[in-house]
Amino acid sequence: MAKITFDGIEVEVPDGTTILNAARKIGGGVVPPAMCYYTPLKGSGGKCRACLVRVAAGSAKDPRPMPKLVASCITPVQDGMVVENTTSQQVLDVRKGIVEMLLINHPLDCPVCDQAGECDLQNFAFEHGVSTTRYEEERRTFEKIDIGPYVQLHMTRCILCYRCVYTADQLTDGRVHGVLGRGDASEIGTYIDKIIDNDFSGNVIDVCPVGALTDKTFRFKQRVWFTKPMSAHRECSHEKCNGHVTLWYKGKDVMRVTARKDEYGEVKEWICNECRFDKKETADWVLEGPAHVDRSSVISQGHYELPVVNPQIIADLPESTIRDLQQNPPLKLGGLNG
Amino acid sequence: MGRKLLTEHINVEGIETFEVYRKHGGYRAVEKALKTMTPDEVVDEVKKSGLRGRGGAGFPTGLKWSFLAKPEGVPRYLVCNADESEPGTFKDRYLMSKLPHLLIEGMIAGSYALGARTSYIYIRGELLYVLRILEKAIAEAYAAGFLGENILGSGYSLDLHVHPGAGAYICGEETALLESLEGKRGNPRNKPPFPAVQGLYARPTVVNNVESIASVVPILNEGGDEYAKLGVGKSTGTKLFSACGHLNKPGIYELELGLPVEEFIYSDEYCGGIWKGRELKAVVAGGSSVPILPKELILKTAAGENRLMTYESLSDGGFVTGTMLGSGGFIAMDETTCIVKNTWNFSRFYHHESCGQCSPCREGTGWLEKVLHRLEHGHGSMHDIDLVVSVAKQIEGNTICPLGEAAAWPVAAAVRHFRDEFEWHVKHPHEATQPGAVYRGAGVLA
Repeated sequence: MAKITFDGIEVEVPDGTTILNAARKIGGGVVPPAMCYYTPLKGSGGKCRACLVRVAAGSAKDPRPMPKLVASCITPVQDGMVVENTTSQQVLDVRKGIVEMLLINHPLDCPVCDQAGECDLQNFAFEHGVSTTRYEEERRTFEKIDIGPYVQLHMTRCILCYRCVYTADQLTDGRVHGVLGRGDASEIGTYIDKIIDNDFSGNVIDVCPVGALTDKTFRFKQRVWFTKPMSAHRECSHEKCNGHVTLWYKGKDVMRVTARKDEYGEVKEWICNECRFDKKETADWVLEGPAHVDRSSVISQGHYELPVVNPQIIADLPESTIRDLQQNPPLKLGGLNG
Repeated sequence: MGRKLLTEHINVEGIETFEVYRKHGGYRAVEKALKTMTPDEVVDEVKKSGLRGRGGAGFPTGLKWSFLAKPEGVPRYLVCNADESEPGTFKDRYLMSKLPHLLIEGMIAGSYALGARTSYIYIRGELLYVLRILEKAIAEAYAAGFLGENILGSGYSLDLHVHPGAGAYICGEETALLESLEGKRGNPRNKPPFPAVQGLYARPTVVNNVESIASVVPILNEGGDEYAKLGVGKSTGTKLFSACGHLNKPGIYELELGLPVEEFIYSDEYCGGIWKGRELKAVVAGGSSVPILPKELILKTAAGENRLMTYESLSDGGFVTGTMLGSGGFIAMDETTCIVKNTWNFSRFYHHESCGQCSPCREGTGWLEKVLHRLEHGHGSMHDIDLVVSVAKQIEGNTICPLGEAAAWPVAAAVRHFRDEFEWHVKHPHEATQPGAVYRGAGVLA
């Protein structure tokens, strides 16, 4: 076990845990944003640089600060480590710069992008970015590539987080994705110039943090915040798929089927293409009830749940504040630390 | 002339062959190491010498060797980084093509010290002719019993391979080099784990520059303490400098560290001054990635002392008034040089060579190049000058590997020291874009 201090909060985690996962154990607004790290995908992380944090003390044994900010998703904790995230102005400034870099070649087509409302970059830019751009140059463009009947590829929106590359490599039997080109001419592409026909290829839609890879069958049908997510399951014949999904309803119609995700947008269990694309009748599923929606998400509009407040934080609050919070839940848990 | 430890015999006819090299004292260091020293004693000797890595970062070589993890029963590797591809640096190819056996001897001694049984020379893909020379020399070393099984009856065995890269500058970064050696795309790895713990094939690995490994030979021949007597302070020994640009005598010079920069540039013994009777304007002292300095700051520090060719003296003043020794790529520019064009040219190189893995470098290097292109071609604004500084600051320190710093530092330094020239391009776009136009100071137009 290692005990670290993260934004002034002490937390104890098993050895080998990354700084990001230690912060996630605390929860709430202190958790660094992560757009390329994905817990189920081995080797992911370290690329988008969104989760850079400052290590003010490396360990109890060697308390010298680390000379540069470190990517918290790939850096293991040391006992006695002191980490600053929202409490470091340097981290906040650098993160603002990372947002700017990620957006300079990114098309500002949120109004027509299917990922709007559940886009990690959209959330990241809203929380850490600025409202203007300094970029006046020509933006990067790509030739369109049709990668099959289920997945729509918009290469201009891609932030090269490599999540889909790892998904294709680790989840499917054959390599169907790779990063081609170099520098800012890099792009994900399929080595095989034909349909991605693996049974689990649809999972690249779930892992993509932006709208680069979206569900073709759901394309332009509905905005996600007008849908109602419902947890459901079915008896799937595919041995690797457990059939646990989220159904996105508009009225009585199933608009979309996705794997279930946790509060960080990470898939808990992968689902097969049959569950995702071929089972869109209510009769196909056993409904379990409304899916939990993170309060900070725009999808939560119209959904009411009691706030999930970190007990370590709430234990220090005065009684009157607790009563106020219960009656007026905050929109962002991070506000508690403001 | 100071002492020459590496290039003393470089002009001897046939020195690239085993026979002639041996005749001139070659392979004595290997004999000494394998017959009279334990591996740890070799490491200690290198530590005593104070040798600092000659590839650019300048980390002490002996210390780096001592960091190597040594789990029982796990193979270890020594990898020679011969991927020399930074603009302005050309010493390694010269050393390898003229003295291949010096490098091989250093590889044998170094591999012995580290306990490596298989070692690699990763050579830049464009240097195919050097690869041929090395392979021929390695075959000679095998035939003479200095490579292979049971070298010199010592019980130690070593196989040495030369592996060509595919021409990516990024593969000069040690973890990208290891990825390329493994047959993967040459993308830098996130650290930790460091290569000393988990490098080539997830095994402990040391990656050293050509010149660093070659320097092990004179260290063993002379002794670490004797080697440490050369140079000034913590900058010990000799170093190869690639002098190029507007010099009367460009070339590769082996200098004892500590020579004044002014003497190096102007003395007839070395570069012989600026060509065509012109004035020196600026110098990039350690390869294109280090900060550029104007004449008054490259010859003397801000405190007024003579700037010496040492790690400490060149970095005196930090980046505000100093630079870095880096790889020893010494680029001199005369009064006819346009600093803005030069800066754009460097940024174009780094944009092209960015591997694209992390967002600050992938997006930022392209941004820098485009804005500098605008400035150089007369379409820039005063805001653009501050913009390139800001973007460079956003890249520096936030990338996976040092290419981000390499792209950011030259831009920031050029604006810091030559802001008036950038402003001239903004205020006088028509004059600035005439062929051969060059800014020569306040109020003076070409």
